[in-house]
Amino acid sequence: MTGKFMLSRRDLLKTSAAGAAFGLASAAFPIRAARAAAATVGFIYVGPKDDYGYNQAHAEGAASLKGVEGISIVEEENVPETVDVQKTMESMINLDGASLIFPTSFGYFDPHMLAMCAKFPDVQFRHCGGMWNKDKHPMNAGSYFGYIGMGQYLNGVVAGHTTKSKKLGFVAAKPIPQVLLNVNSFLLGARSVDPAITCQVIFTGEWSLAVKEAEATNALIDQGADVVTCHVDSPKVVVETAAGRGAFICGYHANQSPLAPEKYLTGAEWNWAKVYKMFVDDLIAGKPLPNFTRGGLADGFVKMSPLGPAVGEAARKQFDATLAEMMKGGFSVIKGPLKSNKGAVVATEGQAFVETAIELESMDYLVEGVVGSTA
Amino acid sequence: MADTVSSPDVRTILDARGYRAALEWIARRAEAFVIPLAALVVGMVLFSLFILAVGKSPVQLYETMWRGGFGSWFSIQNSLSRGAPLLLAALCVALPARLGLVVIGGEGAIVLGGVAAAAIGVALNGAPSFLVILLMGAGGAAAGGIWIGVVGALRHYRAVNETISSLLMAYIAIALMNHLVEGPLRDPASLNKPSTQPLADIYRVGNIPGMEVHWGLVVGILACVLSWLLIEKTRWGFAARIAGGNVRAAQVQGLAVGPLIVGFTALAGGFAGLAGMLEVAAVQGSANGSLAAGYGYTGILVAFLARHNPLAIIPVAILLGGIDASGGLIQRRMDLPDATVLVLQGMLFIVILFSETFYGRFKLFNPDLWQRST
Repeated sequence: MTGKFMLSRRDLLKTSAAGAAFGLASAAFPIRAARAAAATVGFIYVGPKDDYGYNQAHAEGAASLKGVEGISIVEEENVPETVDVQKTMESMINLDGASLIFPTSFGYFDPHMLAMCAKFPDVQFRHCGGMWNKDKHPMNAGSYFGYIGMGQYLNGVVAGHTTKSKKLGFVAAKPIPQVLLNVNSFLLGARSVDPAITCQVIFTGEWSLAVKEAEATNALIDQGADVVTCHVDSPKVVVETAAGRGAFICGYHANQSPLAPEKYLTGAEWNWAKVYKMFVDDLIAGKPLPNFTRGGLADGFVKMSPLGPAVGEAARKQFDATLAEMMKGGFSVIKGPLKSNKGAVVATEGQAFVETAIELESMDYLVEGVVGSTA
Repeated sequence: MADTVSSPDVRTILDARGYRAALEWIARRAEAFVIPLAALVVGMVLFSLFILAVGKSPVQLYETMWRGGFGSWFSIQNSLSRGAPLLLAALCVALPARLGLVVIGGEGAIVLGGVAAAAIGVALNGAPSFLVILLMGAGGAAAGGIWIGVVGALRHYRAVNETISSLLMAYIAIALMNHLVEGPLRDPASLNKPSTQPLADIYRVGNIPGMEVHWGLVVGILACVLSWLLIEKTRWGFAARIAGGNVRAAQVQGLAVGPLIVGFTALAGGFAGLAGMLEVAAVQGSANGSLAAGYGYTGILVAFLARHNPLAIIPVAILLGGIDASGGLIQRRMDLPDATVLVLQGMLFIVILFSETFYGRFKLFNPDLWQRST
């Protein structure tokens, strides 16, 4: 019985191999469209494409390329950071003919993307997160990232004007440098309005954990917070929970205003469309792709959601002024004198860290005024 | 179920009663193949209706699935490497199930096995690779074994429901892993993705020669075969089946039910822990949050589809690996969301569970009834 099964399977293999040889030209498969394009670009997401957050921001960037002449896009969502993502990359290369791949989740880089870089030296890989280092990593790898902390500072400015309780809330995933910088920026933005404002942070421990995110949001509001923001993969739960409780929201990753139009103040969004267009233009022009790309508000890597109806005149003014200041370059969120919430000096009088400062990338503290602990 | 009928071996049948007897011999065994295959077909037909309802072509869908899962050597390897961790994960469910226990917390044993293996690999840096890999495997298996063994002990000695306790302990295990990986075992260089120190290359488990699938596949298949032998061919397996059928009867017979339960659950957890070790040593290179990838939960599905038969786990795991592998191609070619393959898995699961009720119902598979009717 098993033998017979094997035989028929082998036959099927043969037929499908023959089918692949002869059938490519036939219009039956969309594969033809994929092959006909000058270049195929693959996008891989760790969560759903419509998560109102991290993945949606990337998917919107990918979608913006769909009209570009000669480029065809292939996408795969919900790909875990395991051997699965390696096989997905291989499959995009082998079956779709992808020549440029964007694995967008931080955990895809090491070891998964690096393994594929070694295996397919002719394919270009660009990873979101900023890990690439020319001494350690191959030239067909690279990374891009944006300075979104500035966006959280602007969120804080609007939140500072809006709060009545002088208490803000922050739902955060993990106490890692990228997240801590956002928490600190949010509070410091608010303190530029009123130095008495505090911000309580709750870490959920995971990038996507809806139940805990809802609990954390409720807990923050129970303790008096009336403006809430977050840094989790999908802010949807936080936004809806907070709006349901009557609190105001500052968004993150993507525009969440459709979820709570009345309560949404503004939000720090990625503008990946700009970044992906840049890479694809280079690809079409036959130029080598940059290996290390970063930018902030001024470079168009990051943008702000349009201000919501609840934002007052004073807030609008300071928001515009601060944004204009940032667009000029050289703006520092972390500047002395500044202490951590444990009392340690993190910046002395006169010391200032601009958004590109390398010190910010190993941030391990919460600034004074943030209620919470990194461990 | 399949073990209740004992029949004479092939040679005597052919000598003594010829054609009719051979037919009977086949009929008795055919049930175990025909019913699940029919269920698979029914599930696929139902899923076709679903695909039609969303306005896509089921023919193109199955063609794409075949292409993505099994249509080429690359696709086959893709399916095998996705199926490999499911083998051990499914054993963590199937072994206790033979004792009548529903353990669904294999994920916890996997992540702790991975963390233990990573800790051992880093601590013994410099020692011979053979020894370190062996100890990593043993350490991973021990961590997972203790974790699920505790579930078995709680069940037997304190009457704590094993389904709930294993699930809750999985949450604890994941929290423990996060604590260890973000705290005491953290590599200070892993800033934005807390991980343990990376394993040295010589302690990594490589690929099977000629394939791009790591050795975990072989380990998993061996574990399934050994588990089958244990259950079907040894007195412990026999005792486990008795206890699984009726605990009181087993106790009356004087079987040591307590040690049996703890032993089987510990072995099951050990397999899951080994899966975690392989994930660290063959794929990730360090322990981190990516270890909790859901293999433990997919393993539940595999074990139930295989009706807790360790040998049946092998094709089922590879089938699910194939469905998973083709899911990507379906997304890319047909513009369907990732949830599509989850719907297919769900439909197959329900139909196959439903098909369980048909065992023993068909005269065709029961030669004793043939005689009665003639």
